[in-house]
Amino acid sequence: MSGPEDLERLALKDAVTYYRAPSPFARRLRKTLRASDTERRRPFLAGHWWGFAASFACGALLAWGVTFTHKVNDDSQLTSELVGSHVRALMENHLTDVASTDQHTVKPWFAGKLDFSPPVVANAAAGFTLVGGRLDYVDKRPVAALVYKVRGHLINVFVWPSTQDDQSLQSGTQQGYELVHFRRAHMNYWLVSDLNRSELTGFAEALANAAAQS
Amino acid sequence: MTDRIKRFESVALPHLDAAYNLARWLTRDPHDAEDVVQEAYLRALRFFEGLREGDARPWLLTIVRHVCYDWIRRNRPQEVVGDIDEEDLRERADVDSSIGQNPETLLLRAADRAMINRAIEALPVAFREVLILRELEELSYEQIAAVAGIPIGTVMSRLSRARAMIRKAVEGEKGS
Repeated sequence: MSGPEDLERLALKDAVTYYRAPSPFARRLRKTLRASDTERRRPFLAGHWWGFAASFACGALLAWGVTFTHKVNDDSQLTSELVGSHVRALMENHLTDVASTDQHTVKPWFAGKLDFSPPVVANAAAGFTLVGGRLDYVDKRPVAALVYKVRGHLINVFVWPSTQDDQSLQSGTQQGYELVHFRRAHMNYWLVSDLNRSELTGFAEALANAAAQS
Repeated sequence: MTDRIKRFESVALPHLDAAYNLARWLTRDPHDAEDVVQEAYLRALRFFEGLREGDARPWLLTIVRHVCYDWIRRNRPQEVVGDIDEEDLRERADVDSSIGQNPETLLLRAADRAMINRAIEALPVAFREVLILRELEELSYEQIAAVAGIPIGTVMSRLSRARAMIRKAVEGEKGS
């Protein structure tokens, strides 16, 4: 690796532009980081809402094509909660209370633990396997969390009843996670994952179709 | 301000130029690069505890690369395929990589910065990233392998092909 290699590298290195971070950007970034860190220490909901607001204000999420059409105020608390729940489930290694790929095992498990019966579909889409389910607490109520896996990615599907009409798919990004929301047959569905948006949306469509048929 | 953010800033901010440079070369856009770097730093701050002693730069560049790839998949899906097929890349490279080893000709070309920069921008992202990490960040082959999640042999062959592709592009442009 002596001689010619070094010469060549020197030459190419000299020819290639090194882009340095613009200083206004460096200042903005520092502010954003500090805001997100101090807000972490606030009570859970307020903290995450502020973290979201800070990044929202910086336009990052806008630029990333967030298309949540709900009132941001209402939903950002909820989406923070959902992302938080997803991350904690992964971190604490507490993904499932009932581990099974069989919908006929998972669905009855929720009976008596929730005041509703969540639709559980094992084979909604090819490649997506049901891993199990667990109880979670979101939006001030107990909810069903169904866990699916595709390749290395885990998907949390949060389900709870709604009195509102059906709603078609909406997707968005928060803290680097993809979220997809829809309502079918008086159930709220929220999907959270690190899976890419198009695949997650495709899976949500498959779940929505299955829910409409059941 | 917490001790935690102070520690994070002292570890991560010295590498801001490196992070921005990589994001700028992978997204090829100054504004998108800022979005990517901000997202990467927020992500890094969240997982800061996962960083043990050692050089923070490869760790940070790994995160920047992940966010870049997410961004590219979302905005320019035609640029990346899910799993990169080495054979496919080899065909796309389609050049004799041995000419990448000849120093004189490249030294000659080094005079024309704009042409070389354009040639690098035109490289497939898998080649562009190893080239930038090697030439501009001067990471070791081992570090590049870790950042890009590929074997060291692949790092070396992509690097050599990337250089050859630049050579070919620059010669083509001059010839035309």
